[in-house]
Amino acid sequence: MKYLYFPGCSLKSSGRHYEESMLAVFKKLGIDVQEIDDWNCCGATNYMAINEMKATVIATRNLALAEKMVPTGEVNIIAPCNACYMGLMKTVKYLDNELDMRERVMKSLKAGGLNYEGRIKVRHPLDVIVNDFGLENLKKAVVKPLKGFNVCSYYGCQVSRPISDFDDPRDPVTMDQIVMTIGATAVDWPLKTRCCGGSMTSTIPDTGLRLNYLLLKEAKTRKADTVVTACPLCQFNLECFQGKISGKYNDDVRIPVMFFSQLLGLALGIGEKELGIQRLFVKPKAVMV
Amino acid sequence: MRLLKETNENNQQTISIIMANKLKFSVQEVVHESDLDKDFGKRIAKLAHGEKLHGCIQCGNCSATCPLSPYMDFTPRKVIAMVKAGFRNEVLSNRTVWLCASCYSCTVECPKSIKITEIMYALKREAIMKKVYPSGFPIPAMSRTFFDEVKRGGRSGEMSLLMRFFLRTNIFKALSFTGLGMKLFSTGRLRLSEKKIRDKENFRKMLDSCSNN
Repeated sequence: MKYLYFPGCSLKSSGRHYEESMLAVFKKLGIDVQEIDDWNCCGATNYMAINEMKATVIATRNLALAEKMVPTGEVNIIAPCNACYMGLMKTVKYLDNELDMRERVMKSLKAGGLNYEGRIKVRHPLDVIVNDFGLENLKKAVVKPLKGFNVCSYYGCQVSRPISDFDDPRDPVTMDQIVMTIGATAVDWPLKTRCCGGSMTSTIPDTGLRLNYLLLKEAKTRKADTVVTACPLCQFNLECFQGKISGKYNDDVRIPVMFFSQLLGLALGIGEKELGIQRLFVKPKAVMV
Repeated sequence: MRLLKETNENNQQTISIIMANKLKFSVQEVVHESDLDKDFGKRIAKLAHGEKLHGCIQCGNCSATCPLSPYMDFTPRKVIAMVKAGFRNEVLSNRTVWLCASCYSCTVECPKSIKITEIMYALKREAIMKKVYPSGFPIPAMSRTFFDEVKRGGRSGEMSLLMRFFLRTNIFKALSFTGLGMKLFSTGRLRLSEKKIRDKENFRKMLDSCSNN
């Protein structure tokens, strides 16, 4: 099966090691992906807070562009960022269920020369790897099992809530399953879906930094060697503010935070550079040996 | 901006004093029923895709699961009660709804299946529309900056987003991000100019047509 790929803004800048590692993993596993041509912002949280109609229209533009690339049948779009994933999914749901809204959105799309037919299915890379590719197949592809490596899987919010259909909203397991399949140990911890605060680390640091402090502290207390995430904003928040957080709370919470696709890539024998490991602020030493 | 107070034993008292001074319905000042906007609840419910606000049983599961509720002036449960009762100005001009990071915990935990996050979104949009959002508070400023940024080039450039945000709020705050900026730059994670979409003309036409329909 061929997948279309919606990167979203973060995967082109601060989260580019997510894109690099994910595409490298897909290539290794023989999963065929193609980037949506001329995609735009998904209409995420901040956009939604200002004007819902516009947020829905620009999100639908992406869906229409994807349909243009696949003339018939169901179109599977992979959206690796949690906010993009949920935003696009929500758009599909609105267009399916709210006919009045659909009509208005279609009108606006037409003004820009596009049309949406309704053949889109939005997927998260975790869903594609676990449910389409399969853990059995994944196990066979592992060349370097990461034995004795303790991993806290951090899902964040929107990958499993509220409309995602591939994992449990309270206790998601797909990332832990991947961690175990590549031979590492999945650390049991209670904060796997607790919010990282999104852009609050920049807007209200007093709140945003504290949310991340609690997460990092818990991962450290449980002796994790690394935290893995499946969202560019989670990874950014948890990794890039560690210095500030450690200073503010007078507590050393430095710990490697990487994308699950980077860890998976290492187990599949992909080179560090290809996985963007050099872009991490805190390198996971135990894997490097 | 006043520093956020966290709820713990030490500053419980401070918080209640701040709230008493800040909110209209403190002991000194009573809001009369005739001052309330009776249709507010219905309007917000409609804006939030027909949510069944009246079904709320005030159980407080939303507040208990909300990771941001310790930092809010009213908890999510209270917001729902106030919206239902018609405390329009109190809710819209307060920063509480802007602290919602839309993590959807409340939506998942609500035993009455009320999509509380959608109500928070509806309140944010209503506050922007009526221009009554707390203007000095950085989060609406960030949302507006993001909105303008996407309008300009179809995508959000993280660097220019942050710079414009700081210009809008407090330019000196940008200094505290210099170290982080350098580090991101040296790891190749900061692009000074982001790629914009090609078909800007049609993109703009779509956005413009939204205002008309």
